[in-house]
Amino acid sequence: MQQLIALLPTLWTATGETLYIVGLALLFGGLGGLGLGLALYSSRRGSLLQNGIVFTALNIAVNIFRPIPFIIFLAAAQPLARLVTGKGIGNNAIVFSLALASAFAISRIVEQSLLTVHPGVIEAARSVGASPLRIIFTVLIREALAPLILGYTFIFVAITDMSAVAGLVGGGGLGDFAIQYGYRLFNPTVTWAAVAVIIVLVQLVQLLGNRLARIALRR
Amino acid sequence: MIAVKLSAATKIFPDTAKAGPRLIAVDAVDLDIEAGDIYGIIGYSGAGKSTLVRLINALETATSGSVQVNGVELNGLSERHLRKVRLGIGMIFQQFNLFNSRTVWGNVAYPLSVAGVPKSEHQARISQLLHFVGLADKAHSYPDQLSGGQKQRVGIARALATNPSILLADEVTSALDPETTREVLELLTRINRELGVTIILITHEMEVIKSIAHRVAVMERGAIVERGPVFDVFSDPQSDAARRFVSTIVTAVPEGEELQQLVARHPGRIVTLSFVDGVGSQSVVFSALAASGVGFELIYGGITDVQGKTFGHLTLALTGPDAVVESTITALRDLTAVSEVN
Repeated sequence: MQQLIALLPTLWTATGETLYIVGLALLFGGLGGLGLGLALYSSRRGSLLQNGIVFTALNIAVNIFRPIPFIIFLAAAQPLARLVTGKGIGNNAIVFSLALASAFAISRIVEQSLLTVHPGVIEAARSVGASPLRIIFTVLIREALAPLILGYTFIFVAITDMSAVAGLVGGGGLGDFAIQYGYRLFNPTVTWAAVAVIIVLVQLVQLLGNRLARIALRR
Repeated sequence: MIAVKLSAATKIFPDTAKAGPRLIAVDAVDLDIEAGDIYGIIGYSGAGKSTLVRLINALETATSGSVQVNGVELNGLSERHLRKVRLGIGMIFQQFNLFNSRTVWGNVAYPLSVAGVPKSEHQARISQLLHFVGLADKAHSYPDQLSGGQKQRVGIARALATNPSILLADEVTSALDPETTREVLELLTRINRELGVTIILITHEMEVIKSIAHRVAVMERGAIVERGPVFDVFSDPQSDAARRFVSTIVTAVPEGEELQQLVARHPGRIVTLSFVDGVGSQSVVFSALAASGVGFELIYGGITDVQGKTFGHLTLALTGPDAVVESTITALRDLTAVSEVN
């Protein structure tokens, strides 16, 4: 317990790092996944910009990359991370790999959320002369807002989970903290302290997500 | 003036693994719809009427043939130009298809934004529309707070926002109860009369056609099998499909099982007298019957009023000496249409 108290400043730093990694990964991966999900949705047969070649290509790409376990993806994507962020290790490298991996996962969640919008609503927008892009940005996303918010909340938790392996490539965060100071030093109290922080973090974000989704649904 | 002109308009959905075999949804349809009409298109589900109506606002493009709206040929127009055409055609739907994330006001504002109407003009236009459909007090409600009839009114206000000259109504009363149906049909009639909007109404309910349509086309397997003024089609349907639809709301001539039972229960000769507005007056016919001394009993039929004109078929059992009955039937033939049932 005394060791934990001594480690508190490190724990806060680690929490800050986790928030940094997860926040940026969610931002970039979220945007990438939104774009990819919109492309998947609108290129499918019968949709606004139907295009069999684009849909098949995207569909296959997502199916290839999404199931790769993150710990392997992280290693495989390292050269690319080095190319983009300048360094193959550290927090920025893991943000890059995390954003890339989560974009594929997010694209499916976005696609699913958009599919909950009744096709008749899209048809109504077409019938008043709205263009496909206008429909996507003024009708589709808006109508699917509640499931999208819940989907992104879910992804926040998943990214927090994935970020725990950051230590593997020289990144920090709560996962690294728990392994280094808890597991390796035979100090379960420290490990559980990291777990507790993660639980609180996830609870807060889930609470926020639920509240925002309720506002979007007005109930 | 012709608002909509279809010439050999055809829509074929190609054979695909997912959507099933090749389907000729609309089969070389010729159709002229006069500006200012309420034109009903009736058919069972799968008859092609939904596809037909979507050819008119180019939500579906014709595989071949021509579709002209207000003199503009749609076949071959670019998507950009088709969007302009759609601004001049409103559409309302069976399931209303409102934007649930927008208020009533927001729903009506949407087409105005699409059409590029300046924001400063929205206020006046939207409140005028909401007053017209009777929803001025619901402007800030969301669709899920409204009843079915109110939702359809929002759909109508939204469809009228950009002052279209044509309104397409796709089974708009099929999800509504009879009372609400009546209100929505009255509203459509007002839109036609007061705003001069041409309404093209597709439905599978003959009652809807009877209430408000001026002309009707009957669709079956992608083709129009019969068309004409509503009264003519109702009082004297020519095709089997039209007869089936008419029989859903008009008690006509007994057939089959029903006829067998009538014959079994009633002695004497059974004849059906047909009355069409202005031809054959009932009072003259019944006076003649009474004077002939033949016993007569009304056993089947009814008189229907279609938009102020009446027609109907009355089936009578005539009893009396054969010769007298025979001569009476001959005499009745001079007064109205008579058909002998047995």
